[in-house]
Amino acid sequence: MQKLKEKFKNISDTNLLLLITIVVFFLMYIGAVVFQGKGFLKPQTFFNILNANAALILLACGLSLVMITGSIDISVGGVTALVSMCCAVYLDYQGGNVFVSMLIALGIGLAFGLVQGILIAYLDIQPFIVTLAGMFFARGMTTIVHTNPFNVENPNFVALKETRVNVPGMGSVNKLGVYVPAYVELGVLVALLIVLALFFILRYTKLGRNFYAVGGNNQSALMLGINVKRTKFFAHLLCGVLAGIGGYVYFLHVGSGAPSHAQGAEMNAIASSIIGGTMLTGGVGNIIGTFFGVLSLSTIQNIVSSAGLDQAWWTGITIAAMLCLFLVIQSVVMARKKKQVKK
Amino acid sequence: MSKIFRNQLFIPIAALLLLAVFNLIADPSFFKITLGYNSAGDPVLSGYLMTILDYGSELAILAIGMTLVTAASGGQDISVGAAIAISGSVVLRVLCGRDHHAETMQAPIIVAFLISCVVAMIFGAFNGALVAFFKIQPMVATLILFTAGRSIAAWINNNELPIVNEISFSYFGGFIPGIPVPTPFFIALACVIVIFLALKFTNLGLYTQSVGINESSSRLNGLNPEFIKFLAFIILGLCVAVAALIKVSRLSTINYSVIAKDIEMDAILAVALGGNALSGGKFNMGASILGAYVIQFLTTTLYKFNVPADALPAYKAVVVILLVVFSAPTVREFFSGLWKKMTKKGVEANAKA
Repeated sequence: MQKLKEKFKNISDTNLLLLITIVVFFLMYIGAVVFQGKGFLKPQTFFNILNANAALILLACGLSLVMITGSIDISVGGVTALVSMCCAVYLDYQGGNVFVSMLIALGIGLAFGLVQGILIAYLDIQPFIVTLAGMFFARGMTTIVHTNPFNVENPNFVALKETRVNVPGMGSVNKLGVYVPAYVELGVLVALLIVLALFFILRYTKLGRNFYAVGGNNQSALMLGINVKRTKFFAHLLCGVLAGIGGYVYFLHVGSGAPSHAQGAEMNAIASSIIGGTMLTGGVGNIIGTFFGVLSLSTIQNIVSSAGLDQAWWTGITIAAMLCLFLVIQSVVMARKKKQVKK
Repeated sequence: MSKIFRNQLFIPIAALLLLAVFNLIADPSFFKITLGYNSAGDPVLSGYLMTILDYGSELAILAIGMTLVTAASGGQDISVGAAIAISGSVVLRVLCGRDHHAETMQAPIIVAFLISCVVAMIFGAFNGALVAFFKIQPMVATLILFTAGRSIAAWINNNELPIVNEISFSYFGGFIPGIPVPTPFFIALACVIVIFLALKFTNLGLYTQSVGINESSSRLNGLNPEFIKFLAFIILGLCVAVAALIKVSRLSTINYSVIAKDIEMDAILAVALGGNALSGGKFNMGASILGAYVIQFLTTTLYKFNVPADALPAYKAVVVILLVVFSAPTVREFFSGLWKKMTKKGVEANAKA
């Protein structure tokens, strides 16, 4: 017991926040099962949450990277909308093939990451202003590309969209006694792969450790011989690319283009990243935590909507309240750190 | 020469002249002002310049608060649009009471306005507390209200759209009978006079700037940086309430998801165009207010060239990026270095000749 206490005292900020996140997620899921009935026990309910939020996972991962580096990016929602609109217009009007549309998505993401990265890292402009402009630019461009929402009917794309990967052993028997296999969409697999890849990059590569070092303390990272500017640039570049991929995954899920797509996605991504234990001040964070953050956020959305409070404003208010709560928790953790330093 | 360049008013005035010349060449009728009569038979001035004066005024009011917040906290409040929705909703809730289509107002306008001021200041205090006491970056802290604000606004009126039928309510965003200049201009004028008096006769400006320039040294000098940041957000709340009154008065009703959409961008842009550092510190209130009118000039020009409302942000985003790039220290150094090199070469060439 004494040992455990000792261990808890020495736990790092990253792990402490990760622990809080995972505990909160399980508590919430158990709460959902208890109060909202057995629906939440079905594996498919869980997989549906994944299906609906694969894009959000990617966006939140990108945000975690920039937030660990001590910066921020709020253009991801706009980029998502722009990507889905451009791909939709390309696929429908040009009759183009699916592979090229993926390249378009990547290209848009890369362009945003590149420009914002240069402005923020090399010209030293406040990240919030740059990405706020990026967000408005992307939203404006989306309307310029096409004004009205429409569905994509390209057969190749629809086939890809309908592709479902069955998860063995997780299916359930429905009321008619027919076995229905549980499934996930392609986007989920992409998201999971990228989460794993980022986890390894952050933990085991030089670039990943540099992210933490730069976010933790700019000055001392510079003293250690880290190229601070390049590290910041890479964080924004990666975030842009992830926003591009996330945009395509989102597009794959909804199968349409509209200027109002992914409204407030940047907010959800930041919220899930914060809930996942990434500190806004930088240097603290974990991709696995971000993953759980997204799950927590969507679970609470599910609870809100299945509790009959489905008027749109409740979702906004609950997310804001949750974000507020976690920001205060972070504030407390920071205070704890300061106390330790004083000791 | 360099004195003119260094003056903070240089950027907004130069931008204004640029826009004016552009419009003069493209279509001189832009500057035409006509005296007409509105449906009630009162004289009104109309024309693009009047539109700028009208809609730029609410922006100028917001720019006052935004400048203080920027100077004190080194960040911007991005929740002003949502906060306008909230306080506008409060005004209508008080005026209409429970009946959403009441024939007569349930309360005097001044009462509704004062209540909405209090509400807006409470939300400002919420933002201010997160920034000042919990040390959260201003833009992230205000992101909370940015998401929740419009939902709260809809919730206040139970998602109904109350309509005020009283004609006197529309004076604030329109015209007072007999006066051909739009009322928002006079309201903005009043706000500007108040803030200039406050800056002249109190230490508000000095304290705000010193907190923005160096927080810990102003603490050592006996200031309370937390309180000053908090105060800046509360003043912004007050500005939001005034702007909200004008906004709801224009329509006599409210649309929660559209009212004051993207206005936070314009307000930040006004501060940036005024040559104020977005990272806090010194500020020039007059430049910000002028900046607000220049922004509205730009918006009106874009509208005149049939740019759809939804596409406006893209153009403004480009302007913002250009502005911040040219005011970035590294870029400035680069250009001043280039300038020096060029003049040096010129001097050498002259000497040789």
